[in-house]
Amino acid sequence: MASSDTLVQPGISPAGLSQAESWGEWFDRHARTFFIAPAVTLILIFAIFPTFYSIVFALSRVRFTGEGLRFRFVWFQNFAKQFFGNDQVHFLGKVDQMSMFGMAFFAAAVAAVLWWLYRSLAITNWIGMIGRLISAAMAIFVAWIMGATLLSGNPIGTLLTTLFYVFVGCAVQFAIGTGLAFLCSQPIAGKNFFRVIFFIPLMVTPLGVGYAMKMVADMTKGPFEPIFAALGLENWVWSASPWGARFVMMICDSWQWIPFIFICMLAALENVPRDHVEAAQVDGASSVQIFREITWPQILPVAVTVLLIRMIEAFKIVDLPNIMTGGGPGSSTESMTLHSVYVWRANDIGTSAAIAYLLLILTVVVCSSFFNYIVLGQLRKAKA
Amino acid sequence: MSEASFRFEKSGRSIMERMFEPPEVGRMSPVASVVAYILLAVWTIFVLFPIYWVIITSFKDAAAVNQGPFYVPFLDFQPNLDAWRSQFNTDPYCDLPSVARQAWLLVYNSFVFIVSPVVTLQPMEPQICKTLLAFTNSIVVSVFSTALCVAIGAMAAYALARIQYKPKFGNILMFVALTLLVIAVTSYAGVPWWLSSAVALALFFFLARTIGRRFQATVGNGDILFWIISQRILPPIVVVIPVYMMFQAVGLLDTHLALVVMYAVANLPIVVWLMHDFFANLPIELEESAQLDGATRFGIFWDIVLPLTRPGLAATTLLTLILNWNEYLFAVFLATAKVQTMPIMVAAKNAGEKGVFWWEMCAIIVVMIIPVIFMAILLQRFISRGVLLGAVKG
Repeated sequence: MASSDTLVQPGISPAGLSQAESWGEWFDRHARTFFIAPAVTLILIFAIFPTFYSIVFALSRVRFTGEGLRFRFVWFQNFAKQFFGNDQVHFLGKVDQMSMFGMAFFAAAVAAVLWWLYRSLAITNWIGMIGRLISAAMAIFVAWIMGATLLSGNPIGTLLTTLFYVFVGCAVQFAIGTGLAFLCSQPIAGKNFFRVIFFIPLMVTPLGVGYAMKMVADMTKGPFEPIFAALGLENWVWSASPWGARFVMMICDSWQWIPFIFICMLAALENVPRDHVEAAQVDGASSVQIFREITWPQILPVAVTVLLIRMIEAFKIVDLPNIMTGGGPGSSTESMTLHSVYVWRANDIGTSAAIAYLLLILTVVVCSSFFNYIVLGQLRKAKA
Repeated sequence: MSEASFRFEKSGRSIMERMFEPPEVGRMSPVASVVAYILLAVWTIFVLFPIYWVIITSFKDAAAVNQGPFYVPFLDFQPNLDAWRSQFNTDPYCDLPSVARQAWLLVYNSFVFIVSPVVTLQPMEPQICKTLLAFTNSIVVSVFSTALCVAIGAMAAYALARIQYKPKFGNILMFVALTLLVIAVTSYAGVPWWLSSAVALALFFFLARTIGRRFQATVGNGDILFWIISQRILPPIVVVIPVYMMFQAVGLLDTHLALVVMYAVANLPIVVWLMHDFFANLPIELEESAQLDGATRFGIFWDIVLPLTRPGLAATTLLTLILNWNEYLFAVFLATAKVQTMPIMVAAKNAGEKGVFWWEMCAIIVVMIIPVIFMAILLQRFISRGVLLGAVKG
């Protein structure tokens, strides 16, 4: 530091501008670009560009010919086919005469959504209202499909199957995962042992989980055969009943994903200040009171964030139904991703891309609704 | 604590009180702890049983699988190694020297891979057993994609945590418009893809200054970070169909490179998200003083920042490695024959004419999941130290 020539500012060549700057200096001057360019370029080429390119596929009838692909522009035919045409039963389910029960549910759902829109008029500007209108339209549409298929006793399609995996699956996983985390946050011996054991399923290859569960859930040669026999179920096969297969699928998905909720919620629970809880105990509060009044409000922001991450991943479910049932019986365990893969295998690329796009729209609307109306609210409340 | 003990240790408690009330603060009542241990034990069995069943099934023979459930080796059935031998031994080329040659090939090809990424790892012996080939493919693909993903993701995360970016909104709009133009021209007018993209890129740099001046609005670091993380919402099935066509167009379908790149892109959001949190939490004074001493940005990043975040870096790498090892959907589309990874090979075993040979299947599944379970236990050590969970709380 003592000699004067080490004090020269970096980046400015000591000999003046005439001398070409060295590669290292040039590199350093553009460091801000080089740091971020690879990531942005990769995402642009392999995520953004294909997403746009997918629109072309979705709006075309694509044929393989000798010299490559032939696109024929067909507007929204591939999409319309899913809603009104011959793929309707596969995607939406059998939309038929609505039963009384279905109509009542639909009316109640519409009333609730309209009430929510009316309430939100007061608290957002027009941009927020557009977002809320989109969410409301999606909610009313899903309610209509549920009323017309599920609640009227008709078979449901891949759309509702995917939503079943996402919503029912996430609810079950969240309840059990949080419960286990609560148990492990109590003063018990062997906490680390349980932690390690409970974490393992999350990392096991989903494909391996599918095969393992297929063997374990086997009705005739699986380990629970004596139990099924004792219950008089030896003639019932879950893989032949649509709802049986869906529930088995959901249980296996839960086996894999409960650890994720468990790990995150355990960290949140251990962050709750110990002295708050102990002070309440000394004051004679019951454990239920302590959980409701002290612990729950503090872990709520983490809980909704974890739930959001889990929902995003749940929309992508494909390996389990593919391995365990091949989407069967019929198409009753197919998620939308698997539906798209099967249509692709039948060489109908346009329709496959259209289904993928419908999944993208569904995922984005559901996840951003959840993020905007629930997660952001909780995070703001936690900051305040 | 003394007041608390006083309250709870008052004499003359009835048996019911003793059972249901904690003896002191920070302990559980006897009934509650019994219930807790029972629930935890039930869940432990629920978690471990499928894994146990796969492992013992891999030591069964056809009779032991087909004649009803047998639970305990040596008592219920006689374990044997047939399933394992048929994985590695039926084939004449799958003996020990062949395994050694394949291992050497793995190392050799890894070096070649760095020099020329198009090279595909091919079995030296044409009839080498498929399990070993798939295993080596899986290792090559997941190791290289993890390295690529963590390197690029950590750099981007560091830049977003420390350097201010202000891209012009107008330039972003122009980029999107040009991209759409390239797609339309390529697919409907039949212009070659390399020509249209080159013209579009030239146009972009030519017009960037002009258009950027018109729209002064900029986006900040937070927006870029949110944009990268939100890529995780994108369902892989949306991108995989065009990506298949892209790799087909450049002749890279069914190569390691295609899988490496796609796996890296798929996990980039996670790496950026986690690493950004680590970098943002570092004290900035160290970097500032290094900058005053004349260190370059890369020097600071490599010599000061990365060593400080070593636990976070290790945990992120481990997590990415596991996710890449398990990846299925991209491999289904992009690995058609030569670069089949473990999951693809296992899935292909399902479709047999004579039904599934569960004992052989279980042997492969054990081979596939043993490395992951070891990595998971390693990762768990980081997680219980709270290394990976800061990002969730943000």
